[in-house]
Amino acid sequence: MKALAARRHHRLAPVVLLLMALLVTGGVYAALAPTEAQAETVSTEDIETGKKLFQANCATCHGPNAEGTEGVPSLVGVGAAAVDFQVSTGRMPMQANGPQAMAKPPQFGPEQTAALAAYVSSLGPGPAIPTDEQVDAELGDAANGAALFRTNCAMCHNAIGAGGALSEGKFAPALFDTSERNIYQAMQTGPQSMPVFNDANITPDEKRDIIAFLVEQRDGSAGGASLGSLGPVSEGVWAWAVGLGLLIGAAVWIGAKSS
Amino acid sequence: MSTAHDTTTAGAAAEPTTRVGKAADYLDQRTSIGVAVKEFARKVFPDHWSFMLGEIALFSFVALLISGVFLTMFFEPSMALTEYHGEHPASAHGQTMSVAYASTLEMSFEVRGGLLMRQIHHWSALIFMAAIVVHMMRVFFTGAFRKPRELNWLVGFTLLILGMAAGFSGYSLPDDVLSGNGLRITDGVVKSIPVIGSYMSYMIFGGEFPGEHIIPRLFTVHILIVPALIVALIALHLFLMVLHKHTQFPGGGRTDKNVVGYPALPVYVAKMTGNFFIVFGVLALMGATMAINNVWNYGPYDPSPVSAGAQPDWYMLFLEGSLRLMPGQGTEWEIFGYTLSWNILVPAVIVPGILFTFLIVYPFVEARVTGDKREHHVLDRPRNVPVRTALGVAFLADFILLAAAGSNDLIATHFGMSINQITWVFRILFFVLPVVAFVVTKRICLGLQRKDRELVLHGNESGRVVRYANGEYVEVHTPLDDQERWLRVNYDSPAPLEVEPKMDARGVKRKGYGADKRWQRLSRFFYEDRVEPVTPAEFAAAHAHGDHEAIEAGGRQAMPAAVGTGRTDGTDSQEH
Repeated sequence: MKALAARRHHRLAPVVLLLMALLVTGGVYAALAPTEAQAETVSTEDIETGKKLFQANCATCHGPNAEGTEGVPSLVGVGAAAVDFQVSTGRMPMQANGPQAMAKPPQFGPEQTAALAAYVSSLGPGPAIPTDEQVDAELGDAANGAALFRTNCAMCHNAIGAGGALSEGKFAPALFDTSERNIYQAMQTGPQSMPVFNDANITPDEKRDIIAFLVEQRDGSAGGASLGSLGPVSEGVWAWAVGLGLLIGAAVWIGAKSS
Repeated sequence: MSTAHDTTTAGAAAEPTTRVGKAADYLDQRTSIGVAVKEFARKVFPDHWSFMLGEIALFSFVALLISGVFLTMFFEPSMALTEYHGEHPASAHGQTMSVAYASTLEMSFEVRGGLLMRQIHHWSALIFMAAIVVHMMRVFFTGAFRKPRELNWLVGFTLLILGMAAGFSGYSLPDDVLSGNGLRITDGVVKSIPVIGSYMSYMIFGGEFPGEHIIPRLFTVHILIVPALIVALIALHLFLMVLHKHTQFPGGGRTDKNVVGYPALPVYVAKMTGNFFIVFGVLALMGATMAINNVWNYGPYDPSPVSAGAQPDWYMLFLEGSLRLMPGQGTEWEIFGYTLSWNILVPAVIVPGILFTFLIVYPFVEARVTGDKREHHVLDRPRNVPVRTALGVAFLADFILLAAAGSNDLIATHFGMSINQITWVFRILFFVLPVVAFVVTKRICLGLQRKDRELVLHGNESGRVVRYANGEYVEVHTPLDDQERWLRVNYDSPAPLEVEPKMDARGVKRKGYGADKRWQRLSRFFYEDRVEPVTPAEFAAAHAHGDHEAIEAGGRQAMPAAVGTGRTDGTDSQEH
């Protein structure tokens, strides 16, 4: 009887178990699921300011509600990261039509940029501006970054990010002066000709590794003047212009010395 | 050496007194080296700075040998995989790579002076090739390849090819991504050769690219075969140079039978030694201050990635450009299951083939169309052989154009242009530019020759205007001095070949007439347009007041009127 009693359980036990299982699943999901990283809480005031700025400076092309016009993309769902990248590098507002929007001194200050970002991200969910920790080169692994950069980025941006040509006058810019935050945002949002490298493709940690690799390149070359890090062509130009130039100059000098 | 020379010539009776003298005497008594020293110390060399271009190549080769021996001590030519644990560079920590690449990194970051040596070695290679090309240009444009030096021209040409081979095999050794890309292109070029291509590729790489054998094989080529051949051919090159005696630029008293210059000792020994140290100094300076081929930027070789701006060293850049210009669509044919890749064959085999064939055959073709069997020791001024100069400039223009095409991506980014448009412009210029360069150069040469005639006949404008009693104004011309005149009148201006008639005296068709006719056509291409040097008769006539116009009208129909008539007023009253 005792053994039988021990095996018998309350008739509500399956329900309780089910509830507990659901609770654990939900809890684990809540802990592990990718969160919409909204780093800073945005106030409605920011959104209002952003909307005004947008209508004054951007609506001509992107439409009064950022819905896009012919040949100009809609900004609904591009996220704060895209706005921050485009505006803080000066690419937007665009100065002139050309093969691609050029970087230039930014037209808006940090607060105005944040307001614009807040407005655009209020239109639809999209990638948020990365946190300082996410783009901290100190925390990244340059060696892993180098390997990732080689397979994903170097074919356009050159082996260490000195830039390269694309078709029809477009180009992949040099990354030596690009801020860590902007590098991250570019990978996340894929501006212009650049593909999007989402978090499934290159994880946030790997993005930080790439940033670490690029920042490491800014110390210059161990071998001396880097000559633009452009490879054999610039080396050849320097060999002819400086090396052979000096040697021919010396030969003329020796030849002119009266014997 | 100087002391040795002095003591040996002082005669056997006088015992040497100084320590050096005694040592030299000891050596001389056992080897008779004094004879050689005497011979070489007194050998006369002509003086010109452009004769030092070959020296620059020679001395950078010495720098290559010395730095190369150092690098060999640390480089391991193995494609076995290893994990890198050196402290620098941070971007290589823990990466899997070949032993060759790892040893290159260790050589650069762990070995004291290793990076400096690597950079000196690489810069020396670039300068070596550049000096060879410039030296070759000097030899070509001054006609120094003419009899008896045709064979030495071929030796020099072979050295150019060997230099390319040395550069290419060395460039590939570190096993980084960039050099691997270069090997992959080579693999493609080899495979494009009809029928045997794929077999040859398998033979070279010991299997499918990249295999595990190519680095050790290239190592043997780079440190043994090619340098040994280069050393042997340099020896032959210099031996022939001494044997033929050095050519000299034209000038007063210089003929094909003499050499005007200074003795090797002390003048040229001092100049050469000075040049040697300058070359070493410049190479060391470049190696110390300018980064070259930072292989850690490119990463260990892996066949999948290619970075933007992937180019070979400059002397191979024309091949890269030629490949970049070749259109791909419709140029790959499939015939009975075999692929014929014109898109690779034309740019990578036929285009360099044309350039190299031109360089090989040119001395012989020129001798044939000139009908020239004499020895030449006095150089040509480039203007006096207009078609040769123009052909050289045309080939050079296309070579430079192809090198620029190989850099089309950098031109696009640095000058804000469209790479597609650049490529199309270069495709058209590839055919148009040599023709334009040829015509323009030939015209400039002929113009300079006419200017020379003008100067010889009438002298320089002095800027002094004189009024005669009859009211006529004339400008006084200063005649050239003898040296200047010699330079401008002592050259050959060969006429196109004459061909024997088609039929002999009996009306029978002559054998070889067709070939003769073709050579004559080529000869006309070379010498149809020409400016004859001033003859003594013309010169005398020009300087005899008043009656030189008759000579000009009668003796110089070939000359355009502009040369004679434009200056008639001035020459009439030339002061002597």
